[in-house]
Amino acid sequence: MSNQIQIPELDGTSLARYLWRQLTSMRTALILLLLLGIAAIPGSLFPQRTQNPMQVSDYFKNSPEQAEWLDRFWLFDVYGSPWFSAVYILLFISLIGCVLPRTIEHLKNARALPPVTPKNLSRMEHFQQWSSNGSELETARAWFKKNRFRVLETEGSISAEKGFARETGNLFFHLALILVLVGISFSSLFGMRGEAILNVGERFVNNVTSYDSLTYGKLYRDSNLQDFMLTADNFVAKYNVLTGAPEDYTLDVSLLQGEKGILEKKTMKVNSPLTIGDTRIYLQANGYSPVVTVVDSQLNVAFQGPVPFLPQDSQLRSIGAIKAPDAEPAVGFVGSFLPTYERDGANGGISVYPEALNPRLLLAAWVGDLGLDSGTPQSVYRIDTSKMQQVGLKALKPGESFVYPGGVITFEGYVQWVNISFVTDPGKKFALLGAIVAIIGLLASLFTRRRRIWIRVGENVEVAGLAKNAAPGLEEEITEFVQRLKGDK
Amino acid sequence: MSRSWAVISNYSIYSATAVFALSFIVHAIETAWAVKVPAAGKSSLDYTRNGRAARIATALMILGFLLLLVGVVARGISASRAPWGNMYEFSITGALAFSGAYLAALRKYDLRWLGLLVSVSVLLTLGTAITVLYVPSAPLVPALKSEWLIIHVSTAIISGGVFLLSNVIATAYLVLDRIESKGERNEWAKRLPSLEVLDQLSYRLVAFVFPLWTFSVVSGAIWAESAWGRYWGWDPKETWAFITWVAYAAYLHARVTIGWRGRRAAWLCLFAGSTFLFNYVYINIWGTGKHTYSGL
Repeated sequence: MSNQIQIPELDGTSLARYLWRQLTSMRTALILLLLLGIAAIPGSLFPQRTQNPMQVSDYFKNSPEQAEWLDRFWLFDVYGSPWFSAVYILLFISLIGCVLPRTIEHLKNARALPPVTPKNLSRMEHFQQWSSNGSELETARAWFKKNRFRVLETEGSISAEKGFARETGNLFFHLALILVLVGISFSSLFGMRGEAILNVGERFVNNVTSYDSLTYGKLYRDSNLQDFMLTADNFVAKYNVLTGAPEDYTLDVSLLQGEKGILEKKTMKVNSPLTIGDTRIYLQANGYSPVVTVVDSQLNVAFQGPVPFLPQDSQLRSIGAIKAPDAEPAVGFVGSFLPTYERDGANGGISVYPEALNPRLLLAAWVGDLGLDSGTPQSVYRIDTSKMQQVGLKALKPGESFVYPGGVITFEGYVQWVNISFVTDPGKKFALLGAIVAIIGLLASLFTRRRRIWIRVGENVEVAGLAKNAAPGLEEEITEFVQRLKGDK
Repeated sequence: MSRSWAVISNYSIYSATAVFALSFIVHAIETAWAVKVPAAGKSSLDYTRNGRAARIATALMILGFLLLLVGVVARGISASRAPWGNMYEFSITGALAFSGAYLAALRKYDLRWLGLLVSVSVLLTLGTAITVLYVPSAPLVPALKSEWLIIHVSTAIISGGVFLLSNVIATAYLVLDRIESKGERNEWAKRLPSLEVLDQLSYRLVAFVFPLWTFSVVSGAIWAESAWGRYWGWDPKETWAFITWVAYAAYLHARVTIGWRGRRAAWLCLFAGSTFLFNYVYINIWGTGKHTYSGL
């Protein structure tokens, strides 16, 4: 005998079978499960493109070399990365390979009767015997029936089994997880998600060009967009007078749906979205848009209207950019909007309350090339001032004007804007159903015990039991059973 | 009206903290007594005097729990909402859930030896809550205004309390296992349950609460769907809730299917529990994302 391990010759099929068996083994599944948990961690440590694109681009700006390396390993897109997908796809293949054979086996066993009572009961757990009075078998039969055991009766003995719900629940739990995954993939193929910033008073017509950002699944078509029109009529934000923390946001909208053709008034709140067909509409962020008019040196109105500014803190100090590339000369304004202005020694102008009680618009005027024709996309909230020259600074109250070298800008007032999300998620009902079934299955599998109880009646009555996985509680059950047989209860 | 409820809440929390401190001291005396006796040369422990100390300690713990309960409920009434809107409120409710889980488990198992650890952790939690995390009672931000707040947060807090209890027991297992591997247990450690009991107990707590944690995550997803327009978005809190879920799922599989017991299982249990703790501390205080309501 040699000590070398014999490795059998592997041809294609047996190699495949070997790999399959390895993949579907419990040990592999467990490793994959832990790996999935660990693989999810980097996504919470690095900013993600899908959640926080601004932070990602900041990362690229601040440490470009490091960012490039991180990006090579998809660390800004962890949950869509090949390695994350590989882990969960392997896990689910392993899961299917494990659960399907068990399901078939379980279905076969579902109608099977328990095995015949073993010959020697005294070797089993919780064995008891006492002399018979003749009626035990009948009492036992009734007790098993009342407690819904499945029974096999053979000459003077009963073999009873209970607890199939454990395996049923376990299988349903795992199958339901597959359903959740199917729901998620269904959504990513057929779903869509769009965002739009809407000034109060403006109208949103649901077509591709109305969105500020729009992403949809591979199998989603533009023509799937629902036919509707939405007008933001009124927006009210309520704040806590002491802390300035928001308490309630309410948006009133007018909705015109294509098919119905009637104008409906609706109210949206943060936790109560609108539903139109299979599209849900959510009220997300909000802020202020200063309304300005820019008149250039030729006395032409170069720009007029509201400009959404981005909130920077909880008191809604907001920053933004007003661009008038067609003015003569071309001009841009870097601005801050302060809803409740106060002077602060250290920081200059600050906002002390989120509601517009004492609004102020701080402007820095820049003249020169705005760089809008260069082809590189620009943020609407920022100005590339590299080819421009600052020509003036001014703080304006509503109604006031600022005469800069080359024109006049007037701060007419302000409106509020709301950010609205439009979401079509056709897979979510499957995911929800899967989640509910999973929880029920989990409860069934964790709180059911599979066990057998045997009784043989001859001269003596013999009782014994066996619990799978040494689950507790069988002893009490047998004690109760024996008491019933002896007529104590 | 709401002001006076807020005051009642604060006083109850202060009193509860004081009572937990007393309970901690009595637990410490009880433990110290048990350690000291063999050193005094006696062959056995003086259980009669020890037992009285233990009963007083437990009674104090119950009193502390009740005061804390009043404090949490009054806090809720003062703000006219479930008291789970910021880190201070999470902490006092978490302390309530943790001590409640301990007292409930005490009815079934002889866990009095754990009292010292439980009382000191509750004391630290409450102390931090009062000194660092306190914010005045106030209404909720709009995104939290939902009936799901009660369902999602209560289940998360209860799960957390039980996870932590199971972690404490797993730690006790590892410590005792180390002591036993070096030789016999010392007199003090002899009062503690056997390794098998600890092993089973920490597993049973996890098995009991894992479905609840699953439910908590799912209810959070349902709420997120109506508040944020997506049921799952890999927000840091969501990511770590998922990691905790996966880790405990692995723990249950390791025990039930592969048959892990003892040391390895205890370490896995500790790992899973620490992901929960990390989520609670890190994401609430230093984290970014949509779950930052800590008010810090």
